[in-house]
Amino acid sequence: MRGMSLIVKTITNIMIGFIFIYGIYIILHGHLTPGGGFAGGVILAGAFILRILAFGSNAGAEKKSEKRSSVFESLGGLMFIGIAIAGLIVAQIFFLNFLPKGTPLHLLSAGIIPLCNIAISIKVGAGLFSIFLALAAVKYVMED
Amino acid sequence: MIELYLFLIFMTVAAFVATEIKDLLAAVISLGAVGFSVAIMFILVQAPDLAIVQIVVEVVTIIIFVAVIFRTTHVDETIGKKLTGTHILSIVFFSFFALFFLVAVFRALQELPAFGNPTMKVASEYIRLGLPKAGGANLVADVILDFRALDTLGEATVLFTSVIGVAALMRSIGRKK
Repeated sequence: MRGMSLIVKTITNIMIGFIFIYGIYIILHGHLTPGGGFAGGVILAGAFILRILAFGSNAGAEKKSEKRSSVFESLGGLMFIGIAIAGLIVAQIFFLNFLPKGTPLHLLSAGIIPLCNIAISIKVGAGLFSIFLALAAVKYVMED
Repeated sequence: MIELYLFLIFMTVAAFVATEIKDLLAAVISLGAVGFSVAIMFILVQAPDLAIVQIVVEVVTIIIFVAVIFRTTHVDETIGKKLTGTHILSIVFFSFFALFFLVAVFRALQELPAFGNPTMKVASEYIRLGLPKAGGANLVADVILDFRALDTLGEATVLFTSVIGVAALMRSIGRKK
């Protein structure tokens, strides 16, 4: 995929860090403010997509990053199921909130909910990014 | 309430434009109008979690649609052609069932309680137990990741299935030339 003009590249250079930090904020504060793993993961995927659209990349790198994002999506899903099975091991209840709850309105509170948010964000972000790469970026064989 | 109906009318018009216009890029833009109207409606009924998700998903979806359109074609060639017999038959069948569906939905909706005043039997338990049992200040996160975490696992599986579907459609290994 080809890149875009110099204006787009400069603006992307300035903005992409802020978009990334906003996505991570939405994920980590998912149990305190509106947002959560799904929305934050989509924002992270949007930052990656913006980078690909603005700067462009060659087919080999796209193929490689599609493989890597598929691996990350599976890792996020396994992490989510792993948290659920940890509850099964601790007290024989699937998805038990077994960690200490902490004081409300603090960042480290609510037991497994922040960990679940992180797992879902990895899964959703990598999944949407690999869908984008497969549909829009990677060359497929249908053209010939 | 009246602004919800206004947005509903706007969304219906935009959806008709999206299906009937010849330029695919304009169709995608009217589809985005539908999605952002849904986000504004979520804000109006005070659901900021859903509004954030709707906005970011809509942006990414429109980007994917536009990228695919730039790679393939701009013009929808099926619009404006003469209708054949099977087309007319399917339109008649579809309008008959749509009419039946509308009548059934109208009769079913008469039985519902008034908007915003449901009995709240399950939800009041969640509101009462959310902070002491789950510990999260955001009640939506408490519900989707503690009380109803199994449903969230199913939702994650839906996304996984869609990624598998896209990867299977776009694969290059094993495709017959």
